[in-house]
Amino acid sequence: MNSSTRMVLSAALFIAALFVPQVPALQPYLTQIAFLWVMILFALTWDVLGGQMGYNSFGNILYFGLGMYATAVIQRDLYFTVEEYANVAGGEQAALTTAEYLFGLGLGMGTGALLAVIVAALLGSGILGLRGHYFAICTLGLGIAAGELASGWDYIGAGSGLVTPLLPDALGERGPFFYYVFLILAVIAFLVLRRLYAGQFGLAINAIRDDEDKAEALGLHTTRYKTVAWCVSAFFLALTGGAFGNLVIFIDPTDVAFAGPTFGVWMVLMAILGGKGTLWGPVIGATVFHVTQELFWTYLFGWQRVALGLLIVVVVVFFPLGIVGWMRERWPKRFGEVVDAEARKAQISLEGES
Amino acid sequence: MTDLLKIDRVCKSFGGVVANDAVSLSVPEGAIIGLIGPNGSGKTTLFNSIVGYHPIDSGSIRFRGEELSALRTAEIARLGLLRTFQQTRIFGKMNCVQNMQISVPHVGDSFMTMWRRFPPEVTERAESLLKFVGLYAKRQLRAEDLSFGQQKLLEFAMALMNEPKALLLDEPTAGINPTLINGLIDRLKRAHAEFGITLFVIEHNMRVIMNLAEYIYCLAHGELLANGTPEQIQNDQRVIEAYLGGH
Ligand SMILES: Nc1ncnc2c1ncn2[C@@H]1O[C@H](COP(=O)(O)OP(=O)(O)OP(=O)(O)O)[C@@H](O)[C@H]1O
Ligand SMILES: [Mg+2]
Repeated sequence: MNSSTRMVLSAALFIAALFVPQVPALQPYLTQIAFLWVMILFALTWDVLGGQMGYNSFGNILYFGLGMYATAVIQRDLYFTVEEYANVAGGEQAALTTAEYLFGLGLGMGTGALLAVIVAALLGSGILGLRGHYFAICTLGLGIAAGELASGWDYIGAGSGLVTPLLPDALGERGPFFYYVFLILAVIAFLVLRRLYAGQFGLAINAIRDDEDKAEALGLHTTRYKTVAWCVSAFFLALTGGAFGNLVIFIDPTDVAFAGPTFGVWMVLMAILGGKGTLWGPVIGATVFHVTQELFWTYLFGWQRVALGLLIVVVVVFFPLGIVGWMRERWPKRFGEVVDAEARKAQISLEGES
Repeated sequence: MTDLLKIDRVCKSFGGVVANDAVSLSVPEGAIIGLIGPNGSGKTTLFNSIVGYHPIDSGSIRFRGEELSALRTAEIARLGLLRTFQQTRIFGKMNCVQNMQISVPHVGDSFMTMWRRFPPEVTERAESLLKFVGLYAKRQLRAEDLSFGQQKLLEFAMALMNEPKALLLDEPTAGINPTLINGLIDRLKRAHAEFGITLFVIEHNMRVIMNLAEYIYCLAHGELLANGTPEQIQNDQRVIEAYLGGH
């Protein structure tokens, strides 16, 4: 595929995606389809560290939950006191005007993203010094600890969770509204990452993945790149979390916000399934994973987790490079890799002038 | 000539093994200096100490008058003191041009330069240096698909891309096809003459080092055994014994 066909294809996909909520047959599934964009955001943001930089993080869910709580708390505290909110939330729920709702949501998501970036920078300068499995294990603790903290903190609802304000009627149904929010977020995240991967940032984190000692020996500011990479994924994850809380309305500290065993693990699986360290891999992996999961849920109810587990085993055993990695091995030319036998066989010579 | 690199009584042990025992030597600006010694005599350890790969036990290492022993590897590299690895280290999953692009000097890097794309000049320079080491035809191949010898040449080109003031080369000709060795010696000399890079070279191939270096240090059992011009070293009884005696 050359770049112009790819452009046309991507544009066509995007336009098709814009019209999905208008298709009557898809109306009942809009929330599930909105979820697809969330899954793509999960996989894309995980892959920044896990795929492109070679640092497997099992703690990215921290930023998702952080963004979710920050947004919900700001939405609440802008217009209510904690007790007031607890009362209305139990009854007919807090009714906000369109302007109030959008302002609260925007300010909340922005603040959540900023907070996540700060936390990623602080955590990153500490634990990104760890290599390999040590880093992975250390991040595993992050999500768990955050879930515990959130479950015990009354201000954010503790173990009984937190309810987000309802979407005002003027903004329509929740399904289509958040479908567009996540679509836009996913497209922006994709474009930003594509731009970053094309420049010095992308090559620097790839270099860290391939040989961090060598990258240091060449004078790269490895700590800076690693920290910024984590901040970038924290930023988009927090925005995703902020909107996600409003989509599902109810934030449970361990099942929704800091849901390590589900969302936290899925992020990793989807990126691996699609192809770690590639731009399209996470997108494709998330799509295949989400669709398969929905199908399993519909047709294999009761066995859906077993089927999902088997799917993962099959992928890891037979497609260790993921879907995109496998396609690239199979049709390297279409992915811009050189298989020119001449180049491979070329004898090198160091005679005379060059 | 002023000393670019000055090493003063550097000691480094690993557990009970004394890898470097009070080694002192100096590398004048603009010179090509050789470092030889039997296997395990502490040559690579000395390079590692110089570039801050591990802390030293005692002694002092100065580059252009600045003490290096408290600095980290990347900071030392940005000062213009670069090393290549005996085991050859390149970025395997990236192609040769990308390996070269990311090897640009990072001394002026700010928070903003992280986001930049590589300007065409960088790519042109990358390609011309790949030509310089004979790898141009393979520039689009992943580095891991190159042979060991070719990776060695790529690593050398990456070092040149970094525009160092001094380059520490750990066995640059090891694993290189014998028919290419003369060409590589020529490239090393040109890197020195045309790019003005001071070279400090570890080498086991006596023909290469005698041909290349103007002054040679010889290590044995972590200690400095001898130093002198190539002729002096070749005729030094202690050096001959260290190599032939095999103790
Ligand atoms: N990281 C390390 N941990 C423990 N011992 C080490 C380490 N690095 C080197 N040594 C020991 O220090 C001594 C010197 O090793 P060094 O690699 O510096 O030798 P060398 O002169 O480069 O040898 P060669 O010519 O084989 O490359 C050896 O005895 C080696 O086993
Ligand atoms: Mg060595």
